[in-house]
Amino acid sequence: MNRELVKKIFLPLVVLVFVLQVWSGIASIVNEFPTPSDTYVAAFGGVTSEGDELTGVLSDPFYENNQDDKGIFWQVLESLKRVFAGFVLAIIVGVPLGLFVGMSKNAQYALNPFIQIFKPVSPLAWLPLLLFIFQDINMTAIATIFITSIWPIIINTALGVKSVSEDYMNVAKVLRFTPMEKVIQIILPVSVPFIFTGMRLSLGIAWLVIVAAEMLTGGIGIGFWIWDAYNNLNYYHIIIGIIVVGLIGYLLDLMMGKIADYFDYTKRGRA
Amino acid sequence: MSKFLSLEGIEKRFPIPGKEDYVAVTDVNLEIKENEIISIIGHSGCGKSTLLNMISGLDAQTSGAIILENRHIQGPGPERAVVFQNHSLLPWLSVYQNIEMAVKKVMPQLGAHELRQRVEQYVSMVNLDHAKDKLPGEISGGMKQRVGIARALSITPKVLLMDEPFGALDSLTRANLQEHLMRIQQKVQNTVVIITHDIDEAVLLSDRVIMMTNGPQATIGEILEVNLPRPRNRVELQQNPEYIRCREAILSFLYEKFAKDDE
Repeated sequence: MNRELVKKIFLPLVVLVFVLQVWSGIASIVNEFPTPSDTYVAAFGGVTSEGDELTGVLSDPFYENNQDDKGIFWQVLESLKRVFAGFVLAIIVGVPLGLFVGMSKNAQYALNPFIQIFKPVSPLAWLPLLLFIFQDINMTAIATIFITSIWPIIINTALGVKSVSEDYMNVAKVLRFTPMEKVIQIILPVSVPFIFTGMRLSLGIAWLVIVAAEMLTGGIGIGFWIWDAYNNLNYYHIIIGIIVVGLIGYLLDLMMGKIADYFDYTKRGRA
Repeated sequence: MSKFLSLEGIEKRFPIPGKEDYVAVTDVNLEIKENEIISIIGHSGCGKSTLLNMISGLDAQTSGAIILENRHIQGPGPERAVVFQNHSLLPWLSVYQNIEMAVKKVMPQLGAHELRQRVEQYVSMVNLDHAKDKLPGEISGGMKQRVGIARALSITPKVLLMDEPFGALDSLTRANLQEHLMRIQQKVQNTVVIITHDIDEAVLLSDRVIMMTNGPQATIGEILEVNLPRPRNRVELQQNPEYIRCREAILSFLYEKFAKDDE
């Protein structure tokens, strides 16, 4: 069998055993900290070490008791909806803005200071302001995602435009391309890999942001679900929540990576 | 024959902040006849590429006029197609698509069928039928340059401008491409301006060789007529007295009258 593959599977398992050891160690020191086995029970159902019989969070993710009590699937779905809404908005606004900044020196001079100043602002700093404006949980979460995930898209798109070689532009000039043709036939194809890098970073940020935003806004969503678990002293769910958030973030990144590769001409047609 | 393409009193200055302008080329006067093939040869830094860029319109002259069929040249245009040294193919388009893009833009009136016919005709002209669906990254440097030539010719330019078209290729590939170019030229009869630093290439391909003095303030030093019949055969030419005369004239110009030390 392929040695690389064996290593890829075996080595993470070694680390997993180590992590579980550390976790058990912490659980034995910190009072009420869930052990790995009890967390497993809380996730997939069974009887805990204290004799409580539990239905697993992950074995019944689709239940809906009432508006405020829904399975983890619905929580995640709600968060994903917000993330995608904010993310798509960020693409719709960010890509044209990035093209503009990349193509026009004046636009770059005009906008760069603002991009640099707003880029490092924590999403949580925007949240109160946006909550005050929208007075609505969904809108606030979406707007927060939009405003924090737009920067990498703008910056990377502009970078992509700048990477267009002078040679290609000379070809466009000789053929008398209109500005629109230049954008569509030359600038966009060159920039697409950069744009997708920006989108990948943005989606990563968006997924980071949503958990924090939902903790503050409340309602439904994986972020609030974790916070709610804390308020109910349900520590198993906090750990399950962390793992679920991590797995979904990883899947989102994999997905964006695949889409990016598909549109990247440098990765197409090569054996 | 009436004037086809003429360069009148061309000068190109590059401003240097805080200093006097750098005069790259000055006082260039040249008339190029229709269907004539000329080479511009000179040491590096003699402004020969600058000269070509001004004819293509990618660069503007500081003073003087460039006139093509009684019209002043202003800016680039498809009637002066350029074959770039580094081929400049769009790497995300196939060989076919690279040519198609140019034809589509310059001849928007063509129907789908005519368009395909035309693109395929030029793909065939440079013998690339087998590679027409390949991306530029998948073919050799010589093949890329052949696509560059096909793309430039596919829009039937009045003048074909070639900026050291074979400079980046090894000598065998270069010879092969020169053969391609001569064969195609016999067929399409075009006005061609070739920038080169290769003496054999200049004599083999051209009707006239324009020799540039060294920069700054480079200008035309001598013009050599190459009176060799076409089609030309590079092997037979080696013994031809006219070929030898031309070679020696250029050699003596470049290495005796205007020798240049490499710093």
